[in-house]
Amino acid sequence: MMEHFRQTFREEADELLVELEHSLLELEQNPADDELIDRVFRAMHTLKGSSSMFGFDDIAAFSHEVETVLDLVRDGKTGVTKELIRLTLLARDQIKAMIKVSVDNGELDVERTEELVAAFHKLVGTALPVLVPAGLSSSASSQPGDSGLEIVYAIRFRPDRDIFKRGLNPVHLLNDLHELGLCRITAKTNDIPPLADLDPELCYLQWDIMLTTTHGVDAIRDIFMFVGEESSVEIEVIPRESGEEARKIRPELPCQAAGSGKPRTKAIKAISSIRVAAEKLDHLVNLVGELVTAQARLSQTALAHNDTGLIALAEEIERLTEGLRDTALNVRMLPIGGTFGRMRRLVHDLSSELGKDVELITEGAETELDKAVIERLADPLVHLIRNSIDHGIEKSTVRMAAGKPPCGTIRLTAAYSGASVLLTLSDDGAGIDREAVHARGVKMGLISAGTELPDRDLLNLIFAPGFSTSAKITNISGRGVGMDVVKRGVEALRGAISITSTRGEGATVSFRIPLTLAIIESLLVQIGTTNFVVPLSLVEECIELTRTDVAQAHGRRLVDVRGAIIPYISLRERFGIGGIQPEIEQIVVVEVDGKRIGLVVDHVIGGHQTVIKSLGRLFREAQGISGATMLGDGTVALILDVPQLVGDEEVLERRTFGNAPFTEKGTMHA
Amino acid sequence: MNRTILTVDDSASIRMMVSFTLMDKGYRVIEATDGFDGIAKLRDQSIDMVITDLNMPKMDGISLVREIRQNPGFRFTPIIMLTTESQDDRKVEARAAGATGWITKPFRPDQLLAVVRKVLG
Repeated sequence: MMEHFRQTFREEADELLVELEHSLLELEQNPADDELIDRVFRAMHTLKGSSSMFGFDDIAAFSHEVETVLDLVRDGKTGVTKELIRLTLLARDQIKAMIKVSVDNGELDVERTEELVAAFHKLVGTALPVLVPAGLSSSASSQPGDSGLEIVYAIRFRPDRDIFKRGLNPVHLLNDLHELGLCRITAKTNDIPPLADLDPELCYLQWDIMLTTTHGVDAIRDIFMFVGEESSVEIEVIPRESGEEARKIRPELPCQAAGSGKPRTKAIKAISSIRVAAEKLDHLVNLVGELVTAQARLSQTALAHNDTGLIALAEEIERLTEGLRDTALNVRMLPIGGTFGRMRRLVHDLSSELGKDVELITEGAETELDKAVIERLADPLVHLIRNSIDHGIEKSTVRMAAGKPPCGTIRLTAAYSGASVLLTLSDDGAGIDREAVHARGVKMGLISAGTELPDRDLLNLIFAPGFSTSAKITNISGRGVGMDVVKRGVEALRGAISITSTRGEGATVSFRIPLTLAIIESLLVQIGTTNFVVPLSLVEECIELTRTDVAQAHGRRLVDVRGAIIPYISLRERFGIGGIQPEIEQIVVVEVDGKRIGLVVDHVIGGHQTVIKSLGRLFREAQGISGATMLGDGTVALILDVPQLVGDEEVLERRTFGNAPFTEKGTMHA
Repeated sequence: MNRTILTVDDSASIRMMVSFTLMDKGYRVIEATDGFDGIAKLRDQSIDMVITDLNMPKMDGISLVREIRQNPGFRFTPIIMLTTESQDDRKVEARAAGATGWITKPFRPDQLLAVVRKVLG
């Protein structure tokens, strides 16, 4: 059971640490914000309280030290300085390490804890008390008497008249005394007024108790611990041997050791939430997915029967299902701000490590994305920010020489854009050295020396595996494992990435990520009897492909779409589907990485709510297919992996024609 | 009839510890995550005792005690506060607001039970 508590504590501590970090970084920006100081303090305070409860004594002792310093800050006795923030961030990391050690039984750098405590002491002068032990405070309950001998106590209990109003019932206290030993209790009823004057909410009774027990006086005090200074409790030891003077012991009631508590005004923020295991949500979304499929079948069946009542019912269910689907998906939506917060820490750490002055500006932290998407976005962002700080942003001296402000800026923004979110990361650094990219591309055999590539294609070389223009390999980046990982990461989220850069002015990487990975809007198409779906976010338009068009193109698979020449892929050939194509085929024009390409199919059936199912491990290597979905009639449709189809075709076309005939959007007009 | 205890704490681990300890002894336990939540739960449940944290976001423990005491139905309900040693100065404030008593963190389950028995009988 204890391990269960400890696990809950760890999860809670993780969240507190994240919040602590955010608050600290925000505090660095707004050092005078009392609300932030309070948040930092409260996080540390809760960590201290909970850790001590579940046996994390090292964390309790350490966080107590930090809390003491933060309390000084809260009381305005010491200021919010860079050093304070830095130390508290380090302390936060140390607590994280302590929690980690408790799981994997690793080694903890204990010296570091001591160093940090010393640093905190140094920061606020020597005003701090020495390390307070954080184990269980000496418990006052049921200590046996000195020798185990029976002692007789005379107890005079004069409760405060208002004792009921604090929720205390003297009868319970008397019963507790009974449990300690033999009790003779006398109630004094002198003070009870005549009935007419009696206020039933007041306590008029007083008691004298003779208690014979082996317990010490502490056990008795313990029983009266809550009665407060308004009540009087006198405990006397009745000497066994005559001649010994009665020792009078006045209980020190806990509340007497009190100073004046000053009321603190607190900003009240109304956020109410409950904690739910992520698996439960995943399960819910899966069930909703099944429901969407079943509902589609119902609608189809209703239409087939042509029964008005049934159709109305099916429509009602369709409406409800849509609402349920949106709500279920929405539950998994989290603001991306949490990830932004992590990046802020990264920028903070990296810039000080590299001796560069970098500021991170974030916009759109409230933009919400599916939890699964957010989790998988962090790694690509980390890579990009490392690249920006390591390669992009110059040192202050270089920047000033170039007429830029000495402090570099990285701007991270998120915004909704239809059913996707557009993330951009831009820096005002040196930008990408196109010649270096070209040279490296030639060296890696990606392009031939004489090839002139359009700007976008040239920059896209950066995403090739193993690509790096950095002369030296640093700890931060330069090992060439970054950008291809980024691209793959984004594509795994069914997103698209693009990069632009102006030499000397900086670079911008933007990516478009679908809001959710569970259910997408898509276009249902058919080849022969096989159904496919194309994510609607990629579809630009649908046009017809007649036999005449094919004949006029002289074997080259290009089609003229209102003046723009667009290459196309025959999916029938691509997937080896037999049968004869219809007289008029359909081309679904999709756009991937700014390139337009047509996918030739037999029929376009229409829009479809696609509940994405993975194909399972057996089909993990399947090319051109990213998943499957169930249609209303129970048949399976395959989800096209459009970026991969386009990529494959591009390679093929290059091989065939020597260079890519792909059109930049709006260029190469016929 | 089982006694019902409301535990108010923003720390999930503490809430859990309090709940398990008390439920194990046959008490019925209702959890709330902050003062507002606690008041809402008091409104629609019959509750024999409240155990609340002192330091919580939104509405802290002392404000909660004041709110509870204003409700005629809860004028005599025991309210125990969970505090840490560093909060000694706030105990007076808590008592003035109407708190019955307190438990200092860290505490053991048996200490918690002892206090509950003390005030609930």
